Amino acid sequence: MSGAVQTALAAPAGPARRAVRDPLVAGLVGLCLAAAAGLLVAPPAPYLVNALGQLAAFAILAVSLDLVWGYLGILSLGHGLFFAIGGYVCAMHLLAHGVAVTGVLPDFVQFMGWKSLPAYWVGLDHAPYALVLALALAGLVAFVFGLASFRSRVNGVYFSIISQALVYVAMLLMYRNDTGLGGNNGMTGFPLLFGWPMGSPGVVTGLAVAALLTLAAILAGTRLLVGTAIGRRMLACRDDETRLRTLGYSTTRLKLGIWCLSAMIAALAGILYVPQVGIINPRVLAPDLSIEIAVWVAIGGLGRLGGAVIGAILVNGLKFWLSAAMPEAWPFILSGLVLLVVLVLPNGLLDLVGWRPRPTWLRGAR
Amino acid sequence: MTALVVDALTVAFGRFTALDAVSLAVDPGEVRAVIGPNGAGKTTLLDVISGITKPVSGRVMLGDRIDLTKRSEVEIARAGVRRKFQKPSVFPALTVRENLEIGCGPPLPARDRPDRIASVLGEIGLGPRAEVPAGRLAHGEKQWLEIGMVLAAEPALLLLDEPVAGLSDAETAETAALIRSLRRPDRAILVIEHDMGFVEAIADRVTVLHEGRTLYEGSMAGARAEPRVIEVFLGR
Repeated sequence: MSGAVQTALAAPAGPARRAVRDPLVAGLVGLCLAAAAGLLVAPPAPYLVNALGQLAAFAILAVSLDLVWGYLGILSLGHGLFFAIGGYVCAMHLLAHGVAVTGVLPDFVQFMGWKSLPAYWVGLDHAPYALVLALALAGLVAFVFGLASFRSRVNGVYFSIISQALVYVAMLLMYRNDTGLGGNNGMTGFPLLFGWPMGSPGVVTGLAVAALLTLAAILAGTRLLVGTAIGRRMLACRDDETRLRTLGYSTTRLKLGIWCLSAMIAALAGILYVPQVGIINPRVLAPDLSIEIAVWVAIGGLGRLGGAVIGAILVNGLKFWLSAAMPEAWPFILSGLVLLVVLVLPNGLLDLVGWRPRPTWLRGAR
Repeated sequence: MTALVVDALTVAFGRFTALDAVSLAVDPGEVRAVIGPNGAGKTTLLDVISGITKPVSGRVMLGDRIDLTKRSEVEIARAGVRRKFQKPSVFPALTVRENLEIGCGPPLPARDRPDRIASVLGEIGLGPRAEVPAGRLAHGEKQWLEIGMVLAAEPALLLLDEPVAGLSDAETAETAALIRSLRRPDRAILVIEHDMGFVEAIADRVTVLHEGRTLYEGSMAGARAEPRVIEVFLGR
């Protein structure tokens, strides 16, 4: 056995060997940066720029779900809630900013017969405050829901169902006109972004570039995170939570921390999405939309952050194209894609290129 | 001082009484085996000690100080209790080294971990397999890795739930030698096992459980001579 000791000592241990080697993520980050540069230098038609920016926002949302589902085993079927929090607060900012500059109240406020924006809109015309509020609100909602669930050991399918119920409840709340957030029509007609007219080519390009750069940063950041000791504990918790707890690690704290981080990333995606589509309404809180996020991740490759990005871009790219070309067929195509992945490619499309199913395996001895 | 005192422990699941006022005391440095037929309450006993199951009544004192029945699994683990589960419970997505790194436990500073991991790798003989994902290990290697994971924290109380289940005779003999080498004056080891030859090879004393009650406590030779033990268990 002394031979074994020597081998163990000779093997370089610790973080030095643990340089992040993930060609897929590195490639996608590079692609995002290149696309952002390309948009700035030679922007294509505005609708393409806009589509690219929206895809980047969806990809961020997919990464946020993959972080908790793929790496921590927590399947949220209500991530649309956090996306919507970001989106709604962003819409509030855009409208409040418009009111501050033009003095004209948004349609839905006039429709309600109100003379001014509701009191809780105060300060939202300041972008930094709106940003902090959106992230804090998403984090707080995630914290309260996560604390209640994880402490009482609500796991697996039960957690998924409750998360779905939560997003549904939020949808019903937002459908009410007296919530003061546009009711079932939602909020639209955003006039300005940082004083620039919404929809002008510069703003469209700027938003798409911002979304691409944020995606690059989120992808790189989350990939670094899952490569650390915390990331290894996440995989350990996913595979055997009781084992991890009986080794002295508080899994409640671990899950709660990553869950809140994921919610804030989803909110960031919502913040970037809403000014690009120019509208938010309670439809983003529809349960089927939250399920669709899980479909993107499953199709691309669960437990691989690059896979989540590919899944989100592929499914939504197809959706942009096909829901215009043949809208009736889209639900069937999506369902067919899900069945194909479940039956043939259990690890998602990345199976096609012979990718190893787990990021950690990339570091294994070979 | 006693390493572990189980005092009149009663556990019920609905109307089924899994443990009925079981008491036992394990000294520091002792290897104690708990044996008994299926359903005797052996794994339930470990579940209570490691905090997974809460008892109806009774106490479990660790080192005369801490009542484990009032603590969470995490607190119990941090108090120096480690458990090897019956089913090899390693983290399949992580390498052997990464599993052991987690096994070191939160209190050990990161700079001390490589040395600890290297010495445990030597003890369990998995040095050449250090960078292999645990999911790809053979069954016996998984058993040893899990023993290594619980050892990495240098526990004061080690709970082993059927450590040789599913192992070959050669692997069982190696595991017996490994467990004997784990004996230390400041460490108590509690082993649950069906394999009588294995128990005889490692245990100082045995406790025989039957239908949630203590049937016998003493030497293995004594257990073999005890008519009631022969009747319910050995004589089958």
